[in-house]
Amino acid sequence: MKKSEKIAGNVANYVDERTGAAKWLKKNLTKVFPDHWSFMLGEVALYSFIILLLTGTFLTFWFDPSMREVVYNGGYQPLSNVKMSAAYASSLHISFDVRGGLLMRQIHHWAALIFMAAMIAHLMRVFFTGAFRKPREANWLIGVGLVTLGIVEGFLGYSLPDDLLSGTGLRIAEAILQAIPVAGSYLAFFAFGGAFPGHVFIPRIYTVHILLLPGIFLALITVHLMLVWYQKHTQYPGPGRTEKNVVGYPLMPVYMAKAGGFFFIVFGVTAFLGAVASINPIWLYGPYTPGQISAGSQPDFYMGWLDGLVRMSPPLETHAFGHTISWNILIPGLIVPGILFTGMALYPFIESWMTGDKREHHLLDRPRNNPNRTALGAMSIAFMLVILINGGNDLIATHFYLTINQIMWFTRIGVFVVPPIVFIITKRLCLALQRKDREIVLHGRETGRLVMLPHGEFIEVHEELSAEKKYTLTQHEQPRALEVPDTDGRGVRNPQGIKGKLRARMSQAHVEQVSAPSESEAKALESGHH
Amino acid sequence: MKFGIAKLSSYRRHRFAAPALLLVALLGVGSTFSVASALTASKAETQSAMSTQVSEGKQIFERGCSSCHGLNAEGSKIAPALIGVGAASVDFQVGTGRMPMADMSQQAMRKPPVYNAEQSAALAAYVASLAPGPASVNEAAITWQRDGNTAQGGELFRTNCAMCHNFAGQGGALSQGKYAPTLMGVEAKYIYEAMITGPQSMPIFNDKTISPAEKLSIIKWLKAAQSEPSLGGASLGRTGPVTEGLLAWVLGLGILIGIAVWLASKAR
Repeated sequence: MKKSEKIAGNVANYVDERTGAAKWLKKNLTKVFPDHWSFMLGEVALYSFIILLLTGTFLTFWFDPSMREVVYNGGYQPLSNVKMSAAYASSLHISFDVRGGLLMRQIHHWAALIFMAAMIAHLMRVFFTGAFRKPREANWLIGVGLVTLGIVEGFLGYSLPDDLLSGTGLRIAEAILQAIPVAGSYLAFFAFGGAFPGHVFIPRIYTVHILLLPGIFLALITVHLMLVWYQKHTQYPGPGRTEKNVVGYPLMPVYMAKAGGFFFIVFGVTAFLGAVASINPIWLYGPYTPGQISAGSQPDFYMGWLDGLVRMSPPLETHAFGHTISWNILIPGLIVPGILFTGMALYPFIESWMTGDKREHHLLDRPRNNPNRTALGAMSIAFMLVILINGGNDLIATHFYLTINQIMWFTRIGVFVVPPIVFIITKRLCLALQRKDREIVLHGRETGRLVMLPHGEFIEVHEELSAEKKYTLTQHEQPRALEVPDTDGRGVRNPQGIKGKLRARMSQAHVEQVSAPSESEAKALESGHH
Repeated sequence: MKFGIAKLSSYRRHRFAAPALLLVALLGVGSTFSVASALTASKAETQSAMSTQVSEGKQIFERGCSSCHGLNAEGSKIAPALIGVGAASVDFQVGTGRMPMADMSQQAMRKPPVYNAEQSAALAAYVASLAPGPASVNEAAITWQRDGNTAQGGELFRTNCAMCHNFAGQGGALSQGKYAPTLMGVEAKYIYEAMITGPQSMPIFNDKTISPAEKLSIIKWLKAAQSEPSLGGASLGRTGPVTEGLLAWVLGLGILIGIAVWLASKAR
């Protein structure tokens, strides 16, 4: 043994004797994770979060979260001698007078957009593959919490520079707060410390943005990852993969290297965007003054759908008992988002209730094998896209030579019409894909090779699938609809009431699918001409 | 310097020196006289030039404009009266090619002008002769390079103009397909004339609302915004977060998903 090896051994032994770490490390470093690109979406979100922490820390060194009025005298000439808040002036200072400041600001903002986009993509992956099912409902809830907090955190973040665009956003946030019946005006006064904009809001959201929410994020992300670790990662179905095992590669060395490398790739891509593409050019927006506004004021994309909802709502108001209830803000700003996010959070429980499935699932669904869920997901995405389009209606109008009124009416009607159509089309597509699976399992893949038989007949040669492929295409279970008895043992009609009927109806819709070919069907074909 | 004077003085005995000096003296006397005489005679001459210009303008108007605006510019159901709109309005609408309109859609759009500068001036003179209105503006009189204050112009722009024309003068949508056009690349005199005449959906910003000096500041700021290099990289159209979100999904997450697919496929 070399001397260096001996020293390393002694150190390791010293640590192990005092912490017992060797056993723990041995167990955990060899932990196996399955491999698939879609499992890396959550990783992108995690790494973006780390980038946000690093670049955000850099920005705090110079940012002054104060609404104190100052006269700007920095490097950006078109704003010199303009009165503005210290927050805005220090953001300009970071952009123009701090070395690398603008780059860091841009990386921070791009990372925030990629963080949200990756979380949403990760959420879609989890939804469409059914990864939220027992035992992972709690982790789904944490995930929904992270997305929700991400929206808030992003909004507070881009509000901090106190520029004209972000001030407009804060004004709308205040309006939404005020729309809460009875308590609204009190809540708004409480949040802003008086009338809008006041002097306390920027310092308050600064504390929330850099301390409170990142702290909650860290805690939730830790629990999120611990649960993945403890419950083990789900895997796509395939030969040798069961509900009781995990097929993949060990953490050490495969994923250590991969994940470490991937972190630097995510950092690289974000830094590249920060270096080549301008984001949030606050110096062009100018300082916030309540009397000013710019055409095409939009929020970042993760708030854009909310803006679209508010833009499309008709002017409805009620006056009752000396209070005004602004339905035009209350419904799109609070009620609809409330329903959307509650529905999303509760979906695992709703699905388990309507299918009656209380078993653990570690094998993922291929989206086509659960047409109803996939169609629901596609429908939700369609809803979001329609209202997101309305969020950018003014830019779409000017760039595609349309009128803003056409777009608004298209989305007002589309928000009710498009999602159901997407639901139906997606469900039919899933069933068609199942039929295609069934077809190629039974008859093989079309090779496009035509052969003329000796007696003159032409046939196309079909290539039989491998056994592994056949297994993958046929392993999914064939669920049956819940049966709700018409009468119970004592002759009571419809014992479960309307709830039971609803459940039976929903479960029936949920199990609709093309049956996978059975063994006997395959056998019958094998003995035939193929 | 000494060398230059020395060189010049070495020519004083040149054989062409005397004729050249004589020529200079004659030119000087002649032009002094011509300027002096023009000052007395100009009034009558301009009057007649003016009336020929007006009658020329009337001819062009009757041929090109009267079918919509009426034979006496009194307006019709489809076009406004032009009595009292002033030469500035004509100079703006015709000079930027907005008038005559190619199609009667939501709004007249900027296009290559149909009439040249001379015809446009004649039209302006004719319309101005109908009733007093804002006079057209000479590009040289818009001294934004010399006067005006960029930062003040920015504040005025954000208060009065950005709500339709966007924070960086890129233009924006109005209702029913109307729009505020981009102000990038628009000549200073047309920006000025638009402010004093309020074309189409635009309000009039007269000299009491925004003083001439302030108008120059706004133009100065717009020109600064136009020539400002894109400071943080590609500008993405200077239209705010919509394009940023698009890029984050398509390029940002797009590249990362591509790499993830690549990383996962290598393992097979």
